Amino acid sequence: MSKYSVLGLIKNAFNDNKNWERAWRDPEPKKHYDVIIIGAGGHGLASAFYLAKNHGIKNIAVLEKGYLGGGNTGRNTTIVRSNYMLDENALFYEKSLKLWEQLSHELNFNVMFSQRGVLNLANSDSQMDAITRRGNTMRLNGIDAELLDRRQVKKMIPYLDFSKTARFQIKGGLLQRRGGTARHDAVAWGFARGADQLGVDIIQNCEVTGFKTKGNNIEIVETSRGPIGCGKVGFAVAGSTGHLASKLGMKLPIESHVLQAFVSEPLKPIIDHVVTFGAGHFYISQSDKGGLVFGGDIDMYNSYAQKGNLPLIEDVVTAGLAMIPGLSRLRIVRHWGGIMDMSMDGSPIIGKSPIDNLYLNCGWCYGGFKATPGSGWVFAHTIANDAPHELNAGLNFDRFRVGRSVDENGGGPVPNRH
Amino acid sequence: MIRIKCPYCGLRDHSEFNYIGDATKIRPVSPELANDEEWFDYIYIRDNPRGVHQEYWQHITGCRSYVKVLRDTVTHEVLKTGLPSDDLLFSYEAEK
Repeated sequence: MSKYSVLGLIKNAFNDNKNWERAWRDPEPKKHYDVIIIGAGGHGLASAFYLAKNHGIKNIAVLEKGYLGGGNTGRNTTIVRSNYMLDENALFYEKSLKLWEQLSHELNFNVMFSQRGVLNLANSDSQMDAITRRGNTMRLNGIDAELLDRRQVKKMIPYLDFSKTARFQIKGGLLQRRGGTARHDAVAWGFARGADQLGVDIIQNCEVTGFKTKGNNIEIVETSRGPIGCGKVGFAVAGSTGHLASKLGMKLPIESHVLQAFVSEPLKPIIDHVVTFGAGHFYISQSDKGGLVFGGDIDMYNSYAQKGNLPLIEDVVTAGLAMIPGLSRLRIVRHWGGIMDMSMDGSPIIGKSPIDNLYLNCGWCYGGFKATPGSGWVFAHTIANDAPHELNAGLNFDRFRVGRSVDENGGGPVPNRH
Repeated sequence: MIRIKCPYCGLRDHSEFNYIGDATKIRPVSPELANDEEWFDYIYIRDNPRGVHQEYWQHITGCRSYVKVLRDTVTHEVLKTGLPSDDLLFSYEAEK
């Protein structure tokens, strides 16, 4: 497989772009794999890539029910950041952000990572106190954070509602300049191509229908394309984790909920950063095509449907207009839903499971996209060594059993509150 | 919009309700006797079914009562509603 380069681009341009090779193969499943990753989204593909690259495991398959990158990888709002307070989250997401900074080079694939800055607004004095504390904690962990006052925010993004009559006054904001956005599909494609080059079989249209176990081990993964023997199995199926786990009679500290996202008609550049609201749940950025990409809360009720409901849309738009009144006559051209694996403390679960050769990568709540490279990195380590990396040791399944939850916003064990 | 039949107020939009959550979890009957495993199961573990789910909603802008709802998590169709004490799953299975 050839390397992408300027030279290749020129050469193929002269041939009318007719001679590009496939970016990854479309192999038939083999009888047995040393590691089977279920789910060819960003996390599954990144896990396979790092298993092959960092740990030298060659006989790997990634099974995908539909097409690769067609689940939450293609349904998010593409925000990348590491502005967390608790060590378990902060250090893990910071590792992920560092991997993002090198990712296009590492994969020889432009993931269009744009460090345009993520600004969290504070709309009350107590929120100012909270973001000050969070910013200081981040800096103690070596993560970049800048506290801005109202004047600085106004200079940076004048289009917010700074009027005296604004319902929610802007007090300031916490800025992480290294945060930003990336091209979500490119991340899946880049990892797929990279993994494929290292010999990983990516098998699409291959739904896992069940498991054959012996003792406390999975021996065979039953699929719509026949049974496949396995050494180790990793789940990277986000919102479908509960459904897949039920095929093993396994119950998890997770609920599946639907989260909607939206894109407006394309505009000239207006929103140069990722901006989040403090008075309601709303986050917005602008894509390279000009569409404003935004979202808010989940629909709040358990759901496996990749579609949401209208009251929530009204709620999100209301929050958006309170923050940026200038959006009021903008048309929404697309909206969609993805299934979030909401964990009981709002933090992910990456680690061993109650079954000996099964590993879990789930519980991503609203924030799985930014974790993609980091998640693959530590998940590969966990599978290869049958033990967690120090960065995901605190994000294990057993933390709930011993009451050591990693609850960033103190929401308690209520999945839709995180 | 999901339409939920409140036992007191009749058929209403789900935007009048607050979602409470899984109604199949039962708090240990004798808290002082329950072991860690029982608390772990009650507080953290959920069936999270892809299909029929028994759950509580509260009619916050109506009568404020808790309503038990049997709903399909794939289609969002409400299959049955009743009082908090009703076992909707049992009666739903029996009628099927």
